[in-house]
Parts: sequence; structure tokens; C-alpha cells
Amino acid sequence: MAESTEIKTGVTTTQEKEPLFGKKERILITDPLLDNNPITIQVLGVCSALAVTSLVYPSLVMSVAVVFVCAFSSLFTSLLRNTIPKAVRLIVQLVIIATLVTIVNEALKALNYPIYKQLSVYIGLIITNCIVMGRLEAFAMANKPWRSFLDGLGNGLGYGLILVAVGFVRELFGKGSLFAGSPIEWKIIGPSAEYTINTMSEGLGGTLFGWYANNNLMVLPAAAMFVIAVFIWIQRAWNPKLVDAS
Amino acid sequence: MGEYINIFIKSAFIENMVLAYFLGMCSYLAVSKTLSTAFGLGMAVIFVLGITMPINWLINEYLLVSFELEFLRFIIFIAVIASTVQLVEMVVEKFSPGLYAALGIFLPLITVNCAILGGSLFMVTREYDLGESIAFGLGGGFGWFLAIIAIAAIRERIRYSNVPPALRGLGMAFLLTGLMGVAFLSLTGIDPAVFAGWSGTGE
Repeated sequence: MAESTEIKTGVTTTQEKEPLFGKKERILITDPLLDNNPITIQVLGVCSALAVTSLVYPSLVMSVAVVFVCAFSSLFTSLLRNTIPKAVRLIVQLVIIATLVTIVNEALKALNYPIYKQLSVYIGLIITNCIVMGRLEAFAMANKPWRSFLDGLGNGLGYGLILVAVGFVRELFGKGSLFAGSPIEWKIIGPSAEYTINTMSEGLGGTLFGWYANNNLMVLPAAAMFVIAVFIWIQRAWNPKLVDAS
Repeated sequence: MGEYINIFIKSAFIENMVLAYFLGMCSYLAVSKTLSTAFGLGMAVIFVLGITMPINWLINEYLLVSFELEFLRFIIFIAVIASTVQLVEMVVEKFSPGLYAALGIFLPLITVNCAILGGSLFMVTREYDLGESIAFGLGGGFGWFLAIIAIAAIRERIRYSNVPPALRGLGMAFLLTGLMGVAFLSLTGIDPAVFAGWSGTGE
């Protein structure tokens, strides 16, 4: 796979200059969003980050962190790929990832302390998130920097998409609100009088279904599992090619 | 003594690493297809957590905190875990070939198991002392072990059931994990005060 792409790029460069953002580059970003999603198809990186999905806002911050780490670790690994000895490549990759995660961690601590407290150890656990290292091993070690960067970006976005979607479902049905804890916090369904998640702001006006009682199951960690199972079910029922053969 | 038992019970059952914190989900999903491999990986996790937690505690306390190098925590912890795993692998291979045959292939996998790094990071945020972090490491490892052998046993049985094609494999594993998480919630009722009453001899 890697060899064939190298050969192809070699051919195109002799004919004309390769476009910076052509069709192949677009596929690198769009493919991991659905048909090759890191969570629902590749089953990589389910690890830790799901624990933050009970609300949308922390999921969003977590996604941004993962996209940043995934994209830039791919870029740097790809830049260094010809100088890294095979025997110690895992250690080198871990050091690159750990450095980027440390940057994210310190930046978050400085910029938004409440969300830093809320995410607690899970920012640090991006280091052991298999999707980051998986892409480094599978793609960045064998491809040019720009394409590796896009691949990391695409996979980070595919991961973030699921994270935010899970957070959306869990917060909407578990607490009746969206973006609680953020400046644009919005109470959507359920009685507004019981609104006690975060009393800093009252949100935008009244709510849609006053009779709705919050579903406490959605607040439990187990709900993330159920929501992902349903996503997988829908996706594979939609596209039977993705069904497990075993 | 009582507080250590308390932490062990709490980290093994009430705040299970997989079911409540999603730590180590990758290897949990990938290696739970058969019971015997799940058993091997579970034992290896208990082993490595029990060893790396006190080492990381000592490094955190006497190196990172006393020299104000906390921002290096992630890099140091992951380096300690990677080298400990390597070291443990060599020692086990030399002195206990039987154990090596059982754990050997799983040990390298464990470096990137979030449960190991997560355990050390939780130890820091919860400000455990040395004894508590050992109890937390062993308890967390035991809880992880319980979760993976439970899901492996269920997945072995469910192979003969008529699951909708789109849910087969991964989807079903997620659903089952969710159900197990709900089942483990019933253990929240365990009263830690009962164990706090158990004191060691001579206290």
C-alpha cells in the first residue's frame, strides 16, 4: 500500500507538479469521517476519551485536543521518518506524542481552568490513545509530511465527530441541555424550572417539551457504550459491506 | 489496613477501570474473543499495574514534585511504563519460563494500554500515598481482569446466538459492555465503612 503510493507520487511529479489539495488529499480527510471511522470501523482509540462524553462541551474540547495531537504528531513523525531507527521507533513516537500532549495540557490549564479540571486525566491519556499511534505506524512512517498531516487531521476529525455525536445524544436526553458549561449553553427539552446543571446562565428562553423527564441512564458511563453500539448498528445496516465477516 | 482494602474494593468493583472510566478499551475489545487469551492479558495487566504504580509514585514524589518538574510528568510516566514493561519481560523470561509463556505476548501490548498510564495519573490527581497507590494498582488491575474475562466468556457464548448481522462482533461487544457496566452499578451499594473497620493486627 505504502509502496504503491510512493511510486504513484514519483510518476506524477515527473509529469507536472502535484496539486496541494487534490482528490487523493481530499479522500485522506473524508474517508476516516465515515467509511473508515477510527471508532466505529477501525476500533482504535475507544480507550479513554469516551469518559468525557456526558456533556457536549468537554467532548468538543477533547476532540480539538485529539485533532491537534493526531495531526501534528503525524507531521513530525513523517518529517523524521527517514532518520528514526526501526528498533526505537515506538519510543520516538511516544516522545513526540507525549510532548504534544504536554503542550495541549499546559495550554488548557492556562486558557480554561474549569474545563481542564473536568477533563482531568483524560487529556494525558491521549498519549496512549491507540488512534494516534496507529496512524503514525500505519501511515506517517511511510508517507510524505503533507499527506501524513492530512491523514492525521482526517482521523482526528473522524474521532472527534463520534465523540461530539455521543456527547450530543447523552447531554440532550440525559440533561435536556446542550453545551452546558460553555458560554452558549442552551436548555432545550424538559422543564426549565429544574435547571440546575450550571446556574451561571439561564440559556435561551423556554424549552420545547415541558413534560420530558431527564433520562438518568444517559448520564451513566454505560450509556456511551449503548450510543456507540447504536451508531455502529445504523452505520453497518446502512452499508452492509462494513459488517464483520467473522 | 482497612483503608487499603477499602481502596482495593472500590477500584475493583465500584469504580471499575473499564466499565466506569473506559480505560484500556482497545485491548479489552481486541483481545476478548477467547477466554484463554483474555485471562493471560488480564493477569499481565494486574502484574504491570502492581509494579508500575509504586515506581511512578516514588518518581513523582521524589523527582517530579521536589524538583518542580511536574510538566514533564506525562513523558516520564510513559517512559517508566515502557521501560518497566521491557524489564519485567526480560526478568520473567529469565526466571519463570512458565509465566513468560502465559504472559509473554501480552506484555508489549500493555505499554499502550490506557489503564496503566491512567492508573498512574489517577494516583497523582487523587493524591494517594505509597500504600494506597499499591492497593489502587492491584484493585484496578483486578477489576480490569474481571471485566475482560467476563466479556470474553459472554462473547464465546454469544457466537452461537442469532445476532442481527449489523450488530455482530463490535456492536454486540459495545452493547454487552454497557450492560455489564449497568450490572456493576449495583455494587455501588457496598458500604466502604464496613472495610474501614477492619484494622490490621496490632492496631
